[in-house]
Amino acid sequence: MRVWLTKAIVRRLLITQSIVAVIELMTGPAGSNSQPVYGFSHSFGESSSFFGLFRTQRWVTFFFVGLICWGVASFWISQGSRVRKSVHDALAFPRAATQKRPVRWGAMAVLLGFAIILPHVETAPFWQAAMVEQIAVYVLLAIGLNVVVGFAGLLDLGYVAFYAIGAYTTAWVTGALPTPALFHHALNPFFAIPVAIAIVMIAGIILGAPTLRLRGDYLAIVTLGFGEIITIFANNLYGITGGSLGSNQIPHPSIHLGPIKYIWGLAPVPYYYLALGFVVLFIIIFSLLERSRVGRAWTAIREDEVAAESVGINPLKYKVMAFAIGAASAGFAGVLTASQLIFIFPASFTLQFSINILVLVILGGMGSIAGVVFGAILIQTVTEFLFHSPPSGYQPQDLYIYLGALLVAMMIFRPSGLIPSKRRQREIRLSEAEHEGHLDEVLTGDDT
Amino acid sequence: MSDMIFNVEHVTLRFGGVISLNDVSLHQDRGEILAVIGPNGAGKTSLFNSLTGVYQPQEGTITFVGKNGKPLSIIGRKAYRMANAGVARTFQASRMFSAMTTFENVKIGAESHRGIGVVGAMLRGPATRRDEKHSDARTIELLKFVGLTEKANAISASLSYGDRRRLEIARGLATDPQVLLLDEPAAGTNPSEKQALVKLIRRVRDEMGVTILLIEHDMKLVMALAERIYVLNFGSVIAEGSPDEVRANPVVVEAYLGTSTEEAESK
Repeated sequence: MRVWLTKAIVRRLLITQSIVAVIELMTGPAGSNSQPVYGFSHSFGESSSFFGLFRTQRWVTFFFVGLICWGVASFWISQGSRVRKSVHDALAFPRAATQKRPVRWGAMAVLLGFAIILPHVETAPFWQAAMVEQIAVYVLLAIGLNVVVGFAGLLDLGYVAFYAIGAYTTAWVTGALPTPALFHHALNPFFAIPVAIAIVMIAGIILGAPTLRLRGDYLAIVTLGFGEIITIFANNLYGITGGSLGSNQIPHPSIHLGPIKYIWGLAPVPYYYLALGFVVLFIIIFSLLERSRVGRAWTAIREDEVAAESVGINPLKYKVMAFAIGAASAGFAGVLTASQLIFIFPASFTLQFSINILVLVILGGMGSIAGVVFGAILIQTVTEFLFHSPPSGYQPQDLYIYLGALLVAMMIFRPSGLIPSKRRQREIRLSEAEHEGHLDEVLTGDDT
Repeated sequence: MSDMIFNVEHVTLRFGGVISLNDVSLHQDRGEILAVIGPNGAGKTSLFNSLTGVYQPQEGTITFVGKNGKPLSIIGRKAYRMANAGVARTFQASRMFSAMTTFENVKIGAESHRGIGVVGAMLRGPATRRDEKHSDARTIELLKFVGLTEKANAISASLSYGDRRRLEIARGLATDPQVLLLDEPAAGTNPSEKQALVKLIRRVRDEMGVTILLIEHDMKLVMALAERIYVLNFGSVIAEGSPDEVRANPVVVEAYLGTSTEEAESK
């Protein structure tokens, strides 16, 4: 037997081929009750194009895809560290450049400029709507959840509750709920913005004060419950929230300031600019906070709560603060959604939603604002693209399979996210190194 | 007796049926270097945790006299409030914010005992900036004091045990304490580090005017440093006095060797 034909390489071949077979099944035609085997047999047997060269059966194409993956994986395992090192060396100059302040500010200005002209470049109605409803809202939610999960290190599985409270507050302030309006007569949704933000922050304090004494898993379970409670309230308090039908009479926001009159109508672009303004505002506030004493206190609590307490940090106070501040952007996102779509109903505020936001934060990079913004934009854009023009074999319900697979892959290969926060990355590496006993490697590593 | 900083009276701490501290009474004067020694499980760390608000003893009173001379009852106060009142501490197994730099570790100590000011932090007003400058200056000063200036930008997890102790001491001092509690500072350090540590601790008292209370296993360090010693065994104080008195006390020898002196002699 040749030397290269070792056991591991054969095993890897089998693994890649079985993964490919699973993908083949997933992307193949769906079976039905009358023909349960159809999906299975046709997933492999159906005729398809072999990379556009000639037609053959699906399994042949996929077998070759598997072989390529196997080759790449084998190469990466044997030569990966060398490749990574050379890439790392090649990127030394651009990386040093990004550390410089003018470069950073310039890049941010370019990105902001791009975001401003984007609606004039992409004029397809589908994408303009998606930019507000699917991207801007998710970015707002992701940067808010990042304060809780990334900065303070608290796992919140009920974050959607704050979004729901924001949306329902909008309906309440504008008199679109069965219950009388907050200030007795219907107001413009604009006034809902400060009210909603204030109410979600109070909700954050009310939820946080008793529950944030809990740690880790227990906190996650309680927040999960909180999210469910809010949805169930919205669903069942018929006389107050309108029940499962929700509310569908929320007015669009408008400005009547002397001679200035502007009405946000049905078109999504004006909402896009409104959202963009608030995204920028929240990013500025949150990044200032991160670099302030408050941000450092959050990091201290996250890294060692007992030590943090020993230098006079009140953990509960800072955790509640993280909850309340993180909730603020969700509150605004709620106002945005409610006033743009003019209808809200409880079914849109589910646990699934909280988890989706969490996935964006984890993929983007917990604790890194740039990371979560990028992650949210990337994932949501791809999701919308798949929804808009699905490739052959893709069904909308497959989305979560791919997202799940992506999450698993990220956790293995890049647990600190796409654009990791330096400190988070260090924390993860330190804790891994502690288990595996190669602390020196981490401490002399490239990022320190 | 008038210038007392800690006064512990008849403190009993139980965990279920286990008595960890049994009717412990002791006191410490301001400016004194006091050591509490005792075999493993004698209740030293329990005493420490009671003094810093981590544990809440069921019986007795603990009084701490802060900067303004007002006595403060410790029992029922949370750990962070004790830190703010002027009780700083280090931990037996060093607890640092390991992914942060040495500088950041100390800075957190320097700034955290002041008010929070979220709005100020968000807006980065002049008061916040002044505060930040002050914290930075204090941090630099303290790092110099403990001799970690060169390692200011090192990740704290990369520090040696000796340097970790120094870092913990600097972080504790950053909170402007009246008293610094050291939980087995010599654990894990080598002899030369130990010597340097003795010097440092003495300087903390002499130059910063901070009272020192330490728990220690290492007799050499205790004898070199302490001015007065309490000996704990099975949760009770069994002896008290100067290092020489304690060393000569047969009760202490018995507690440490586990045999009576007579038996030891007969062997």
